[in-house]
Amino acid sequence: MFSACADPSGLDGLAWLGCYLTTGKHIDFYWSFLTVLILLAITAPVALAFGFCGAVAARSPVLPLRLVGKGYAAMVRGIPDIVFFLFFVIALDQGLEWMLHQARCPDWTDPIRQGLEFRVCPEAKIPSGDAAQVWHRLYGFGLAAVTFSIVFGAFAANVLYGAMQAVPRAQLETGESFGMSPRQVFHRILVPQMWVFALPGLSNLWMILIKATPLLFLLGVQDIVYWARELGGSKTSAFAYPHPDWRLYYFLGLLVFYLCMTRLSEVVLGRLTQRLTRGQATLAGDARRKVV
Amino acid sequence: MSCLQIIGDYAFRSIGYGERLLPRSDFTLCHQATLIGSGLIWNIYFGVLALTAGFFLANAVALAKASRSRWLRKPAEWFIFLFRGSPLFIQFFLFYEAFALLPKAGLDIPLGLVTLTVDTGWLTRAWAGALIVLFLNTAAYSAEIFYGALQSVPRGDIDAADAFGLTGWARFRRVLWPTMMRLAWPAYTNEAIFLFHATTLVFFSGFPAFQQRGDALYYANYLADKTFNPFIPYPIVAVYFILLTLLLTWAFGRVNTRLNRHLPSNIRSRIRLRPQLIR
Repeated sequence: MFSACADPSGLDGLAWLGCYLTTGKHIDFYWSFLTVLILLAITAPVALAFGFCGAVAARSPVLPLRLVGKGYAAMVRGIPDIVFFLFFVIALDQGLEWMLHQARCPDWTDPIRQGLEFRVCPEAKIPSGDAAQVWHRLYGFGLAAVTFSIVFGAFAANVLYGAMQAVPRAQLETGESFGMSPRQVFHRILVPQMWVFALPGLSNLWMILIKATPLLFLLGVQDIVYWARELGGSKTSAFAYPHPDWRLYYFLGLLVFYLCMTRLSEVVLGRLTQRLTRGQATLAGDARRKVV
Repeated sequence: MSCLQIIGDYAFRSIGYGERLLPRSDFTLCHQATLIGSGLIWNIYFGVLALTAGFFLANAVALAKASRSRWLRKPAEWFIFLFRGSPLFIQFFLFYEAFALLPKAGLDIPLGLVTLTVDTGWLTRAWAGALIVLFLNTAAYSAEIFYGALQSVPRGDIDAADAFGLTGWARFRRVLWPTMMRLAWPAYTNEAIFLFHATTLVFFSGFPAFQQRGDALYYANYLADKTFNPFIPYPIVAVYFILLTLLLTWAFGRVNTRLNRHLPSNIRSRIRLRPQLIR
């Protein structure tokens, strides 16, 4: 990257380290931290939306809809989430290709499942066979993001359902006695009031989401864990920068990254809680009123 | 090949008994259910041992965190922050690499006249290394639960103990600790369930599966890779884990009943499942 780094074998000490840490692969490693942040930025709002729909469905007066909502919220309780991660990525991929296959190759006669293989017509491959490498990686990342959203949406549905139940019944009745329709009560009272009850659960969920991001590695995305293993492994003198097995130090770096993320989130969420509890008829709200 | 024969061949495959080679083709439902069930032995092994050992460390750490002395409190707080603030997945990798760096031949500890050679190779194997990580991890999570419960022991209980002249160890043993357990138990049940779920991560992190002896998810992943069909092995894992969760909830519920036996039945704390995903 720098002209001084043209011949690494002549360097030593800090200069060597400086050149080592700015190689092309290390720059890729630093960008992969951005992958993690992008995943968080996409997953958090989408999962919240999924969770909101799930919670509303679980409260619906229509029985089938209610069962779907409750089933969605309950699915993550008894089953390890990593099972979902591994399952959804393949299932979504095969499902999408199967649908495309039906749409694009209606006169294809061979069965799709032949023994141990899953074969769709070439036009139905996602991404198409001659697409650039970057599309394959984007598609993989997209599948991972959808999977994360589905699983965390189920957790959010749990939290939001509980929060909606926790809004005092009297507040809703007040709305009704003013002649509001159920729709208006939902929009103007239930939804604005539920956030303060949902916040502890949601902040817990956010912490868990942060700590779930290394699982991207299992879904085949080139994330920070992938690069830490790749770069840390011992390099013989055939490489430009030979070094022994340094994976321990790379993983220590990741550990510090996650600890900082957790600490930062704790501080921000603490502030947010204080802001939201202001003026609420709860113990925390009372405490705030007394301080001011 | 009958299903009974398959069960005989593969039921203990994960711990090295029975057929050496995994099936490569003609996977029947029986093959899948047997192999995955065989892997479940490892999940139960990790879960039970880590939980049992972690319980004692968690009690010690919770008390240290509640202690007045800085020298006890600070290390306990750091221990809890370190293990609760970072992903278990990274912890597995980190510990595996750390264990792998230990010299293969063993450590020499000079003890004056004799030199003790400690063999360290076994630490890189999943049965020991991963168990240590899970043990420390669950100890940190449980310690936070126990600490929270200790902080919410009712003032009246402590006053009553004082009135009876109970102090020190006797007060802790007879009043504080039982109440702490009673308050912490519902949350601790959740922790136990999610610890069992977390055991599925072992063979997907740094720890290699020796001679393809893995846990339930390891075999499910193997079968899904071989058949290109995720719709059979993963639901089987799911069913096994739902059964395990129900069993665990029942067992912890029994303990909960015993802890609450002195209370009128309408104010007993019920165990509620609360979502907590990956650590």
